[in-house]
Order: sequence, then structure tokens, then C-alpha cells
Amino acid sequence: MSALLRTIGVLLTSAVAVTACSSPDAAPGGTTASACAPAGDGPVTLTFTSWIPGIEQVVQAWNAKNPDIQVKVQTGPNGNGGTYQNFFNQLKAGNAPDLGQIEYDALPGFRVQDGLFDLAACDIVAQAKDQFVPWTWDQVSLGDPKAAYGVPQDTGPMALFYRADLFEKNGIAVPATWQEYAAAAEKVKAAGGYITNFSQSDVNQFAGLAWQAGGRWFGNDGQKWTVSLTDDKTTKVAQYWQDLIDRKLVSSVPPWTAEWDNAYNTDQAWTWVSAVWGANSIASGAPKTAGKWRVAPMPQWAAGETAAGNWGGSSTAVFKGSKHPYEAAKFALWLNTSEEALTLLNQKANLYPATKAGANLPALADGVAFYGDQKIYEIFAKASTQVPAGFTWGPAMTATYANASDGFKAAVSGKGTLVDALTGAQTFTVQTLKNQAIPVA
Amino acid sequence: MTAAPATITPAEHRPRRQDGRISRLTAMLVMGVCTVYFLTPLWWLFVGATKSRDQFTDTHSLWFADFHLLDNVGELLAYRDGVFLRWTLNSVAYTAGAALLGTVLAAMCGYALAKYRFPGRELIFNVVLSGVLVPATALALPLFLIFSKVEATNTFWAVFLPSLVNPFGVYLARVYASAGVPDGLLEAARIDGSGEIRTFLTISARLMSPALVTIFLFHFVAVWNNFLLPLVMLSDERLFPVTLGLYSWNTQIAQVPELRGMVIVGSLISIAPLAVAFLLLQRFWRTGISTGAVK
Repeated sequence: MSALLRTIGVLLTSAVAVTACSSPDAAPGGTTASACAPAGDGPVTLTFTSWIPGIEQVVQAWNAKNPDIQVKVQTGPNGNGGTYQNFFNQLKAGNAPDLGQIEYDALPGFRVQDGLFDLAACDIVAQAKDQFVPWTWDQVSLGDPKAAYGVPQDTGPMALFYRADLFEKNGIAVPATWQEYAAAAEKVKAAGGYITNFSQSDVNQFAGLAWQAGGRWFGNDGQKWTVSLTDDKTTKVAQYWQDLIDRKLVSSVPPWTAEWDNAYNTDQAWTWVSAVWGANSIASGAPKTAGKWRVAPMPQWAAGETAAGNWGGSSTAVFKGSKHPYEAAKFALWLNTSEEALTLLNQKANLYPATKAGANLPALADGVAFYGDQKIYEIFAKASTQVPAGFTWGPAMTATYANASDGFKAAVSGKGTLVDALTGAQTFTVQTLKNQAIPVA
Repeated sequence: MTAAPATITPAEHRPRRQDGRISRLTAMLVMGVCTVYFLTPLWWLFVGATKSRDQFTDTHSLWFADFHLLDNVGELLAYRDGVFLRWTLNSVAYTAGAALLGTVLAAMCGYALAKYRFPGRELIFNVVLSGVLVPATALALPLFLIFSKVEATNTFWAVFLPSLVNPFGVYLARVYASAGVPDGLLEAARIDGSGEIRTFLTISARLMSPALVTIFLFHFVAVWNNFLLPLVMLSDERLFPVTLGLYSWNTQIAQVPELRGMVIVGSLISIAPLAVAFLLLQRFWRTGISTGAVK
């Protein structure tokens, strides 16, 4: 009996898979694209998938006040851990949730699969545009100023975390430029440490560094994508870090491991150029160093400049096929602009808001004990406004990251260079896009 | 093999014995290396689970620091209103249910294929065999699309029903049934007026019991460790099995570093039922394997 079931299963499934693959353009759910009007009659229930820790409590606060728009929250692994793939499957099967959390670098992938509802059709979203820090809107408009494929949620403006005690003890000045940073690296090495740990497999940090320098990895003119992982600015950044790696001035333990925590906990790594959420990573990964860290603006490529990178951040998107895009947009705006929600998101999950007003949240005004009561969020608030506009992600970032990260790992262990890795990732990305029938210039 | 030493001559005796000693030594060495290889991660897991958060990073990973196991377990069970306990119970429900029912189905199916002659028997058996070759991972997405058609994704049944199917179990049951259940016995039962179902339940199933334990254990482990199917099917956290729940936590470590400790303690707890099932059923399983081998 089980054999029979299975045979039927195999036959059926191959049929379904074939039909599902052959019609990628069919809009699931059958709603027309541009309509965004209130449902009008009766209460509406929306589903929302997100992996933000504690998101249930934030949604509860909304549900308590909005009996007519009830949101059911679903959580699971993070985006690249399986939730994105589930979204794609659900879009194919026509049962995607109304709303989903999507990181900025994954949005273009959903856009090219025609999975996202363009929220610019909702007047409330268009009106809210000015509440957001301008560059965050680039992240959801994806190169088309009239579009909005999500509402910006959080950002990761970058700054320099450094061990104030060790720098002072060894008479090293806090570097304000990358040249000074490299010079400081030598002194740190002489004092028996590493200036930082170069993230050998998490390409996102490097993307933030390139972003600060003015690198532009992708472009989209509405017709075709351009891929430029090896533009001049990015190459400059890659060569800079390659030099530090070659001179063994940086360590390179795998990121997000106990080993990595240990490097920070035991005075082996003295700085970390990281995003605002990194504040919590250090505090919990290196508890023995409490009170010894401070935050300074990111080092600059030329003295006097004021550019910051961004590492991470996500948006709340509405999927095509949602029957209630207006209500979904309303919820997404509340979630990402109201002081109540932003405060909760910051408390529960350490999210740093994407709105201009968000930088002034009372929760972000206080000094942080782990950083010697320094008001570290003032630095990040400034950094947030200094992130260069116009950085676009590509439509197949998973593939790009995977390839680049292999190259980075090789470069760190002495085989090839970071520039080689980027050149390889460039070729691979262009090929991947072509294989997916995405037009590339 | 035990009879061999009695028949050999003294001249051959000495070198043989030395050979035996060397080969036994090699065997022990290989076994020892394997044991260390397999047990080290478990040891690491156990040691890691007993440590507090700050000691986890800065004490040696293969030896104890202060013993915090009970505190850690308490913290894990209390986290997010005890969602971990719920996941564990879900796993038990998916696994015990699917393994029991699946074993019964596989046993009946294999028994029927072994003991009854009907047209298409070999065809069906070959299809089952080919089912063994199709990896479960390859079926997850098609199953998702099918369940979507009947709007049954994100339900208990979406994970439970596909878990019932066990082609390898059918294969094992057929082999055991044709070897371990004599046709004459069935003939006698029929002459005594026993119905086919009664014969199966009271005579054949008992004769096949070592095989059933084997099938049950295999199935139990397979469903307990099943990860991709729940990942694809379920979006409601309250339905997650423990594997998927721990995995979700593990993907959030960069955001919520406290979860690292919980994932470690949770992993230790989540392998306990497997260990218990193996220890309890091990005896039956051993006889089961040898039964199949000799006959």
C-alpha cells in the first residue's frame, strides 16, 4: 500500500513540478497589481512571517489596538536559513503569507520573480516616504524611484568598536582614517594582539566596507542588470585588506563561532568595524571585557570625509497575492514608523530603526554600561545619515555571497587574493543571472 | 568459527595465533578510533551543555568548568513560555505515531508481498525498491505543492502523513517474512480455520517481531531526524518538531547570542529519546539482524 501511495506521489509531484516551473509569470492569487484600497467590510486577518526574536509581543501590541486588522505572526529560521526558500515555494503554490520580513539584499531576488506587491500604489506608503532616512528608501525602491517593494525596517550603520583601555595603555591613537588604521594595526601586532578579525566567510561585512568607499556592486536601469563587483572603489578596499592579511596584521577565525567570541573575550582582537547591532554581539560574546569598549566613527578613506557603511537591515514586504494589501501596508507602516513598535523592536531584538525620527527614540538616548556609559547610539545615528545613497543589491545574492565567500576563505589561507575572489564572484554572478534568464548588460 | 582451533595442527598453531593477535589488535585499534571519533562530539555537547555562557567561550571545550547543567536546562524550558517543551512533544507525536503506524503498514505490506501470490506482485515490489532510492529530500518540495493543492500545508498532517511511508521497511518485512514465517505454519492455521488477518496478527507478526523492532527503530530515527519536510511544510512555530525549532534558534545566534547556549542544551536533550529507544530495543535489534543474516 505504501508503495502504491509513493508511486502515485512521485507521478503526481513530477506533474505539479513541471507545471509550476513552466509558468513563472502567472501571478499567484489572481489579484490585480496596482489596486491598493481598504477592504471596507468587516475585520481582516493578515499573516506575517518574520524571524525577529520577540516579534509576537510587538504584533500583540498592534492586535490589541486594531480589532479590524488582526495579524497572525509566524516565525521560523532566518531568511537564508530556509524562510526565503519557503517564500518562493509558497509564491509558487499560491499560499504565501500577506507580509514577510525580507532583508534588503534579498529583495531584488523576490522582485525578479515577480513576487512582491508594489506598495507605491498605496497612498499611505507614498506619503510616508519622507519619514525614512533617504538611502533606506533606495533599498526598497530597487532603482525605480516610483516603486516601493517593501517598507524599510531596520538598518545596520557601521562604526568602529575599539578597546579603549588597550589603545590607551599602548599609546595608540584611535584611527580616523584607514591609513591610520593600518598603522595602528602594526602597533597592535607589536603589542601582541590583532587589530581585528577579518571575516573570512561573511561577505556582508566586506560589502559594508565597499559601500562606505563608494563601491556600487549592482545596477538596474529597468531593462538590464549591471554587475560590478570589481569596480575601482571595491578593488581599493580589497587591496587594502589583502595587505593587512598578507602582513598578518589581522586574524581570520570563522565568524559567529565560539572561537570568534573568544578572540574578543581574551584581548586578541582589539577592534571591530561593525554595524549597530554588533554592540550586542560583543557584549554577549565577550562578557569579560565589559566597560573597556568604546565606539568611534568608521575610519575614512581621506581625512575629513564622513562616510559610513551599512551592514544588514531588512524590510517588511507585501507579497503578490495578498488579498488585503492596503491593510498590510498599514500594519507595515505602524511596525516600522510608530514609536511604540520601534521601541519594542529595539528592546526585543536590538533593531535599529530606518526612520529619521527613530534615531531619537528614548531607548537609544542612554549611555550603555558595557561601553563605559558612552552614548554609543549618537555615533550610529550620525552614521546612519552618512551612508552613501544609491547602493543596490543583486537579484541572486545567495549565489554571489557563496562564491565570494569561498574565494575569501581561500585568500585568507594564502591561496589567491581578495581581488581574485571578487573577480571570480563577478564572473559567477553574471553567469548565474544569465542562467536564470535575467538580462545582464 | 568457534570449532576451528580444534582441527588445526600444532605446527600451524603458533603463527596463526600471532596472526590472530595482530588482527585482533588492529581490529581493536580501528574500533577504538571509531569510538573516539563518534563519541567526541557527544562528549563536547555534554560538556558544553554544563557550562554557563561566559565560561563556554573561555574554558577548554572538552572539559568541565562550573557545573551549570540544571540551571541551563531550567533556562531553556522557561524560554519563550516553554516553547522547547512543546517542540519536544511535537517530535514525540510525529515520531512515535509515524513509527508505530508506519511499522504496521510496512509489516503488512511486506508480509503480503512475501506470502501471497497475485499478479503484479514483483512489479509492486520493484516499485517499492525504487522508492528506497529516492531521497526524502527530493520529495519535500513536490509534497509541499501537493499539500498546497488541498490546503493542508502548515498542519500536523502535512508532516505526519508523508512520514508514514517507509519503503525500506517494506523491503525488510518482506525478506523477514519469507525467511521467518514458514508456509507450513500458515497452511496449518488455515486448516484450523483461522482467518488471514487473525493469522497475521497472532502468528506471523509475532514471528516477525525482531524484524518489526528493526523497522521501528529505523523509522523512529528517520522521522525524529527529519528536518527538511517540516522546514518546507510548517510556518507555525507551534507545530515545529524539535529539530526545526533548534535550527531556527541556531540561525538567530548572530542576532540573539544567548541562544547559543540554549541550542547546545536543547540538542543534548533532543538526542536523549533516541538513545533511550536504542538502549531499550537494542537486544531485539541484534537478534533481528542475525536472523536475517543466517537465513
